Amino acid sequence: MPNPLARDVFDHEFLTMRCRLLDLAAAIDRVGRADSQVADDLRWRQLQQAIGVIAGSEGNRAERVQMTFSLPYDGNWRHEYGV
Amino acid sequence: MHFIDPHIHIASRTTDDLQALARTGCLVAGEPAFWMGYDRSGTNSFYDYFRQLTEWEPKRAANYGIQHYAWMGINAKEAENVAFAREVIALLPEFLDRPNVLGIGEVGLHKNTKNEVCTLLELIELGVKRNEQMLFHTPHLADKYKGTRMILDLLRTDNRVDRSRVCVDHCEEHTIRLVIDGGYWAGITLYPTTKATPERAADMVEMYGPERILVNSSADWGPSDPLAVPQFMAAMRRRGHPESLVRQIVYENPLTFLNQSVHFNFRQPN
Repeated sequence: MPNPLARDVFDHEFLTMRCRLLDLAAAIDRVGRADSQVADDLRWRQLQQAIGVIAGSEGNRAERVQMTFSLPYDGNWRHEYGV
Repeated sequence: MHFIDPHIHIASRTTDDLQALARTGCLVAGEPAFWMGYDRSGTNSFYDYFRQLTEWEPKRAANYGIQHYAWMGINAKEAENVAFAREVIALLPEFLDRPNVLGIGEVGLHKNTKNEVCTLLELIELGVKRNEQMLFHTPHLADKYKGTRMILDLLRTDNRVDRSRVCVDHCEEHTIRLVIDGGYWAGITLYPTTKATPERAADMVEMYGPERILVNSSADWGPSDPLAVPQFMAAMRRRGHPESLVRQIVYENPLTFLNQSVHFNFRQPN
């Protein structure tokens, strides 16, 4: 199958993307309207970082967003665990 | 088009779901042993659960024309108590010999602890010694990347493991390449919020190709959709992918993978 044209993909995805962005914006506003703060919550910082990934120009956004929400891997874990 | 759901927890689903699966073309359901939503109080609970997966659920599915197969194991959420897990593992050989059992699964990691690893090593040892196929559960959300890497480390350093007979499940964008490049089968689970969606699964197929990819619903007692595989098929068709490609992923790939189990005795419908 030939690669689809970006315009065709964008035309199909636009309303869904717009809707999801609005959902996200509204959810962030909802948190903001609630009492007290979450700025010191790691998940909030991860969310801000993920939004930066989406807004940037570099590709592989889904993979990089996943990594912003992931715990780090240490290749020496077996030595640490003694297994 | 017919399809196979290689990972679905039928024990947690209603007969309405079985009927819907049958109506949409599901021929085979693969059901791994898993965490039932609560920690079991003793090994007898596991024994009865394994009986359910090997005696009762195959009959229930057969009423709708669905061939039911099971995987046997202790899930990572109940693997923290290594001594208890060892008692459960001792039950497994009896069930691994049953005619609808495909191998060891779903086993893996949850919070990536040392105790979980100790139990997993014993399960891998049992699988290797018995020449069983193996189905690995990778952790949820923040723990997934680290846990997937740890599981792959354990498998990579055991040269007895036949990678073509291993599925590493619940892959997402940040783990699927590691699994495919390692020579394993990569499972993609379609969940409404916490794993992949049908559209993202289609993206991964487009990026990595259809070889050694399995798509499943993993539908259970939580938010999940037993018809997620047909949703994926619809997403692929909507993008213009040929029927042959859709069929490869939802039917031929699972057949190729499952056919490696000595107990898989698929009967093609007339």
